[in-house]
Amino acid sequence: MNYVIRRLQAFPLVLVGVSVVVFIAIRLVPGDSITAMLGTEAGLLTPQQRDSLAIYFGIDQPWPVQYWRWFTGLFSGDLGISVTYGKPVLTVILERFPLTLELALLSMLIALSIGVPAGVYAATRNERPADLGVRIAAMIGQSTPSFVVGLVLIYILSAGFGVLPTMGVFTPFWQDPLQNLGQMILPAITLGLAFAASVTRVSRSAMLDVLSDDYVRTARSKGAPERRVIWRHALPNALVPVVTLSGIEFGYLLGGAVIVEQIYALPGLGRMVLEAILQRDYALVQGAVLFIALNFMIVNLLVDLAYAALDPRIRLEGR
Amino acid sequence: MRVVKAIFSHPSGRIGGAIVLVYLFVALLGAVGLTPHDPLMQYRIDRLHAPTSSYWMGTDLFGRDVMSRLMKGVGQSFTVAFFSVALATLAGTVLGLTAAWYGKRWDTVMMRLMDVLLAFPAILLALLIVTIVGPGTWTSVAAISIVYTPIFTRVVRGPALSLKARDFVDAARTFGSSRSYILTRHLLLNLVAPLTVQVTLALAWALLTEAGLSFLGLGTQPPASSLGLMLSDSRNLMEQAPWLLAFPAVAIMLSILGFNLLGDALRDILDPKTRRA
Repeated sequence: MNYVIRRLQAFPLVLVGVSVVVFIAIRLVPGDSITAMLGTEAGLLTPQQRDSLAIYFGIDQPWPVQYWRWFTGLFSGDLGISVTYGKPVLTVILERFPLTLELALLSMLIALSIGVPAGVYAATRNERPADLGVRIAAMIGQSTPSFVVGLVLIYILSAGFGVLPTMGVFTPFWQDPLQNLGQMILPAITLGLAFAASVTRVSRSAMLDVLSDDYVRTARSKGAPERRVIWRHALPNALVPVVTLSGIEFGYLLGGAVIVEQIYALPGLGRMVLEAILQRDYALVQGAVLFIALNFMIVNLLVDLAYAALDPRIRLEGR
Repeated sequence: MRVVKAIFSHPSGRIGGAIVLVYLFVALLGAVGLTPHDPLMQYRIDRLHAPTSSYWMGTDLFGRDVMSRLMKGVGQSFTVAFFSVALATLAGTVLGLTAAWYGKRWDTVMMRLMDVLLAFPAILLALLIVTIVGPGTWTSVAAISIVYTPIFTRVVRGPALSLKARDFVDAARTFGSSRSYILTRHLLLNLVAPLTVQVTLALAWALLTEAGLSFLGLGTQPPASSLGLMLSDSRNLMEQAPWLLAFPAVAIMLSILGFNLLGDALRDILDPKTRRA
């Protein structure tokens, strides 16, 4: 319990750090947000109109004042107004987040359902051709960038089957589950394959470690069937590093998968931040990065806790 | 020399090492201009030509030779990867060593700062840096090295802390070795093994990030070529000209594979815990 409290105490400090860095960084981007928002029309603005817009978005003040305003706003859930969307930042983020969350969950599902069985299978056939095959496949999978997987998948679909994946639209799961899955399956596979490759590698080596443990030998010598030994005795312990890996990866995916979202034209969190940076949408970039960093830290904390829960030998207090 | 021998007697080390050597050779050829054609020359009459004996990997929309552009692109990607990892290693080693050595407040401040950088989504941090400075080779180098510095700092600080508490460091201190001597000879030399493994794996990751940045149009700028940029250009043409997709895709994959295999082999060789009996 003490450990959780101590970790939680570090949260505000890191978050303040992140907020300061992103606040300054986004203001270092050349150009101003009003010009970026209106494009060529910005030239038609009178100086007075420009000033009143700046006042409306709060970017007329000196930086420290702007930061303080924004920072104190955070405590009442006010992340400011997005210049590009003309809506509160939190609303914009929460509109995009379900897609990113679903994509992360689906890719993790794909990764675990391929990776764990493949890793276990390879470990039970250690150094035999089947093991070698799985290892080579996993190594190649881990070395293939997601955008290569994505482009090749699109190519196979369009050239081989004459179909193009639906792009640019997103139907929430609760509106039409089937249509939603149809839109999400390719991006999820794209992200899931490399993820599955690392899960395979980690579950294989963890399984190999566990299989040479004494208690597994005991179970075998008692005459337990091999399948039971592997799935009931060995696997739960071998899953500890798999949980850590998937947790960390999941944390990254919650930050949005910029490139995959770009390939499939999905309105997710990653692409939103990319566009917000290019549009100099100060408030949106600040809010989104803070949101992503907070998610990342929460997921990491949960991973550490799960780690301790799965393996009672690990004591978190000492760290 | 012993390590090189060990790499080439390790199965994945042999393959990984060979791949990396081939890429270095190709990059070198590209750098000195020994490409089959001028990578910028537009052979208008041969636009979108499928691979033939004169264009081994076909031509692109502007009639430029894909193979020559690929060779140049490999050099470009490797330049960014090497310089960014070198910078990150240098910065991470200095920060990690001093954090471990001086401890106390300096350590706390450094590690909190690294936590902040780590909590930042990596690719978004790189994107932010690129938009601030404007895209280009050296911006990519800076962005990737800043993203990777916290990881090297952690890789160095942990083992450095435990080395610092070891008897031989105490001994060196009692007979008056200077601080810089202890830091470099006793700490740094013992960190070479974990650093080497991390550097190799970081190179794979840096290649991936460089390709990703260029793919998004924020890395190498046209008309110069880079693997990520070539892939991005192939997006709308892949049905008519699948070779525009295939060659850069395979090239990126193999380069990352090479460093991953090499990193795995080095981990087996240099990490005493997993060293084979």
